[in-house]
Amino acid sequence: MSAPVVTRELRGGYVRGVDVLGGVEFTVGAGEIAAILGPNGGGKTTLFRALLDELPYRTGTVELAGRPAYVPQTDHARLDFPVSAHDVALMGAYGRTPFYRRVARADRARADEALARVGLAEQAHARFGTLSGGQRQRVLIARALVQDSPVLLLDEPLSGVDRPSAVQIERVFAELQAEGRALLVATHDVAQARGWSRVLCLNHGQVAFGAPATTLTTEVLSRTYGDELVILDGAGQAVCVSHHEHEH
Amino acid sequence: MLSSGIMQRAFAEAILLGLACGPLGVWILLLRRSYAAESLSHAMLPGLVIAAVAGAPLLLGAAGGVLVAAAGIALVARDARAGGDVGVAVVVSGLFGLGAILALAPETPPRLGELLFGDLLGITRGDLLAAAALAAGVLVALAAGHRSLAVTAFDRGSAHALGVRAARADLALLAILAVTTVAAVQGLGNLLLIALILAPAAAALNLARRLPAAIALAAALAVLAGIAGLVLSYQLEIAAGASVALCAVAIACFALLKPKLGVP
Repeated sequence: MSAPVVTRELRGGYVRGVDVLGGVEFTVGAGEIAAILGPNGGGKTTLFRALLDELPYRTGTVELAGRPAYVPQTDHARLDFPVSAHDVALMGAYGRTPFYRRVARADRARADEALARVGLAEQAHARFGTLSGGQRQRVLIARALVQDSPVLLLDEPLSGVDRPSAVQIERVFAELQAEGRALLVATHDVAQARGWSRVLCLNHGQVAFGAPATTLTTEVLSRTYGDELVILDGAGQAVCVSHHEHEH
Repeated sequence: MLSSGIMQRAFAEAILLGLACGPLGVWILLLRRSYAAESLSHAMLPGLVIAAVAGAPLLLGAAGGVLVAAAGIALVARDARAGGDVGVAVVVSGLFGLGAILALAPETPPRLGELLFGDLLGITRGDLLAAAALAAGVLVALAAGHRSLAVTAFDRGSAHALGVRAARADLALLAILAVTTVAAVQGLGNLLLIALILAPAAAALNLARRLPAAIALAAALAVLAGIAGLVLSYQLEIAAGASVALCAVAIACFALLKPKLGVP
């Protein structure tokens, strides 16, 4: 069986002649979590857009096991929109529900189940905008769970979330891994990336891809983050970056 | 008051328009298209004047005016130097000015007031049937596009991944808005109809916590504004369309003053 995510020589960008993605080539197998590391503007979100088929790439190929589920950064969703957490989770079923049909009862049950899985069963009927940042992030993950895709793309899901939410999200990641799904997680947390199956370093092109233990060298991180990199004295390895801001 | 056919038709028209304008307004506000809504209604003035001069139904003139405006906006928006809002402003101001020149020309029958502010008391049986058909079409289209509009308004960046074409939802909303504008112009005129679209919806979104409740409440408040406006107009002998618009705005102001009622 082929891997759920395979890209070969992917090149493209927003403006003709300026490639944000330069020769991106990687494979993420079933049950693997791949960290996508890179500075702001380095191509993480652009890669996701290419995988979602929103950004026509210039050359290369993408093979996916199915339409990926996407979890955006929580601040991209409207807080003033009159929906409950359950309504948001249910949006994951819209893609398979014809416009003239009601959302199936089974999908409503799936939304309840997904919210319970991310620890928000009791907040199912709370208005999305009243939840904390971490809870909102979990609701968006629940929506992706309802989509039931073999591939999940998550854009900095652990950035700025509270500790209980982070623990719950990491637990769901482990469950999804055990189910054989492939997760691509954009992150700035190098230490976190070391704990996952694969790491892809981007900086206007692919810097490196492979197992974290062998890939995340100081040299690779320097090429990935440039001046943003801070190497802690005595640690013997690069572990963090100086600052980051969300891409919008 | 209800014994005359004129008032019966006016009330029926106000109720029909309220049922269509209220729910549409909720989507206009959630998708932040208030400027487009106001612009589209203003831009059809030349079409209305030409219909008035030619003795054609205003509905026909409104439809033609909206089509020309939409085509003009699309054309200007293609020029990267102008962009979206600038394109709308240029086309709408130009068309409104052209409409005013045509309306104030000596050869034109003096109907500018009716075109700008509508004439709910002049609604014919044919106008009523046309408004009913258009309002029904608007409600069916909004129901069919509910999920696409919701995803686009809530989280546009994820729309594609959720199987929704955000650009298509935007376009569909503008088309529905154009149909509603055409339906409402006879009764409320091209300056006042926007009040019935936006004000009850703003009130409903401030009062309701969930989308279905907001949509139902917006329809109810728009109908209420229509009925209250007509009663006020009858009692005080003031212009019907303006009364309806003022009642809609009063409802919105009242809702903004009230704390959230927590309508489920």
